[in-house]
Amino acid sequence: MGHPSAARTDAPDPVIRTRALTKRYRGGQLAVDGLDLTVPAGSVFGFLGPNGSGKTTTIRMLMGLIEPTSGSARVLGHPMPRASRAVLPQVGALIEGPALYGFLSGRDNLLRYDAADPTADPRTRRARVAAALERVGLTAAAGKKAKAYSLGMKQRLGLAAALLQPRRLLVLDEPTNGLDPQGMREIRTLIRELAADGTTVFLSSHLLDEIEQVCSHAAVMAQGRLLTQGAVADLAARARGRLVVTTPDTADAARVLKEQGVGDVVTAEDQVSGDPPDRELAELTAALVAAGVRVRGFGVERASLEDAFVALTGEGFDVAG
Amino acid sequence: MSRADRAAADTAAADTAVADTAAAYTAAVDTPGQGGAARAPSPLWTLGLFRSELVVTLRRWRTLALLGVLAAVPVLVGIAVKIETRDGSGAGGGGGEGPAFISQVTNNGLFLVFTALAATLPFFLPMAIGVIAGDAIAGEANAGTLRYLLVAPAGRTRLLLAKYATTMAFCLLATLVVAASALAVGALLFPLGDLTTISGTRIGFAEGLGRALLIALVVAASLTGVAALGLFVSTLTGSGIAAMATTVGLLITVQILDQIPQLHAVQPYLFSHYWLSFADLMREPLYWDEVRKNLGLQALYAAVFGSAAWARFAAKDITS
Repeated sequence: MGHPSAARTDAPDPVIRTRALTKRYRGGQLAVDGLDLTVPAGSVFGFLGPNGSGKTTTIRMLMGLIEPTSGSARVLGHPMPRASRAVLPQVGALIEGPALYGFLSGRDNLLRYDAADPTADPRTRRARVAAALERVGLTAAAGKKAKAYSLGMKQRLGLAAALLQPRRLLVLDEPTNGLDPQGMREIRTLIRELAADGTTVFLSSHLLDEIEQVCSHAAVMAQGRLLTQGAVADLAARARGRLVVTTPDTADAARVLKEQGVGDVVTAEDQVSGDPPDRELAELTAALVAAGVRVRGFGVERASLEDAFVALTGEGFDVAG
Repeated sequence: MSRADRAAADTAAADTAVADTAAAYTAAVDTPGQGGAARAPSPLWTLGLFRSELVVTLRRWRTLALLGVLAAVPVLVGIAVKIETRDGSGAGGGGGEGPAFISQVTNNGLFLVFTALAATLPFFLPMAIGVIAGDAIAGEANAGTLRYLLVAPAGRTRLLLAKYATTMAFCLLATLVVAASALAVGALLFPLGDLTTISGTRIGFAEGLGRALLIALVVAASLTGVAALGLFVSTLTGSGIAAMATTVGLLITVQILDQIPQLHAVQPYLFSHYWLSFADLMREPLYWDEVRKNLGLQALYAAVFGSAAWARFAAKDITS
């Protein structure tokens, strides 16, 4: 990336690092349990987990809104929540959806949030607000009262608030919520642009393909615990692909595959799939052909992040009980 | 008229601003870390937040409605007194009835200021303060805007100070609205001129105006205790309505307790106990004893509930 701030953070210093971060709410409910999270500088970090898995509580602790019960969190190298005043001006955040003053215009909402930041220069305030509105495509609606905004427009305005200043870290909780497909694409493009500028983006989402499309790294949480974290490519690679045979003779094909040591054979319409064995796949095709199975297609489907996720959580992407 | 005009002006300003925004943003982005990190907070930060706070409060329709009600009270009192005395008989005559000074209004319109303040101080003014103070934190929590102010980062202590300062400014503004409305109505309906103090001496109209201003300031200061109480209640809940209702409920309770003779031992500690002592400022010479007690009591309430609000808010988990 080669921008000046990289000199300060220099590679080994992660943008977010938590150690045994734990939050137990007063009711006794353990929301986050011994979280060790490391977000490398310059990454686009996907934060995954079913609803109720502790993602939002974690984000709130990182932003100094909630005091951890135990453990520590460092953001941009400083302890949170103690160093909030030094850290937060360099962080743009969208937490659990946008919150706006309905009786103010979109522009006045941004002016208000900017005025709350003591490091924001009031002389450049109007220009920065206009630039942020432009960036999220809200310039035309800037004078409208926020209560007249659609959900997607509110979401954009929330993003604009996170972009009022150049940031080193953006924390975006479900940023494409409520947006139409075109809006989602725009936001993803925006995230890639920001990442290209050297901003680290911490993105929570329940849309796995979204994470797969934009993120370089990811972490998966379930029931308050961190299941895994790392580069997206590594995570997906860890979940093994599926061997898929397309054939009209599914019964025969299934029998032959089982004989050849393929596990977890599943037949669906004209496809038979299974876990690929650890040997030369060409031998399988030979066996299939020798058994008179007519093969239309044969191959290994690459594992998606969704497969990795399901393998990790052992469940679908449902609300945690 | 103002809203539409302002919006139009905003749009015009933005149109001119947009032209050079792209350049501004690019310039800013080209030096990451500088814009956000390097700039030290301005020492005037509180003023910026306070001003934003005040503007947002005054742009709420509810605030304007409260001020409208307060401005209407002197109009009603003035008209009532005018109708009552149309036949030329002196006002009321029954000294004990109605708010203080009401019998003097027909002789001098300036007395409507004192009458109106005496009429609004027991309930209308503190109720308006209770609404503004109760909504201060809880209303932001309710709307979710509190979390964005805190990650901006407004800073908890700073935000609380700005909120309290705004509430105090509203105390002053509300009192001045009552006084100004009363002065205007008084000048329209009744003669103005020299006035007679409670002690029976006469003072000039200019000095009378000075006394009116002094009394308005003391009345505004009398409300600081309720303001601190309301702010504390506001930090306890995530619902603006609940905080407003609780504060106004406490206000009514205290007013009732202050009327029960058996409770005379605790009454000097009720924040409303010395409120009407401002009448002593119409004596000659000025009699400060009770006014001083009142101001001391308000300072005590502000200190106690201000500290409680800070202790609560600084340690609170923001989950809304």
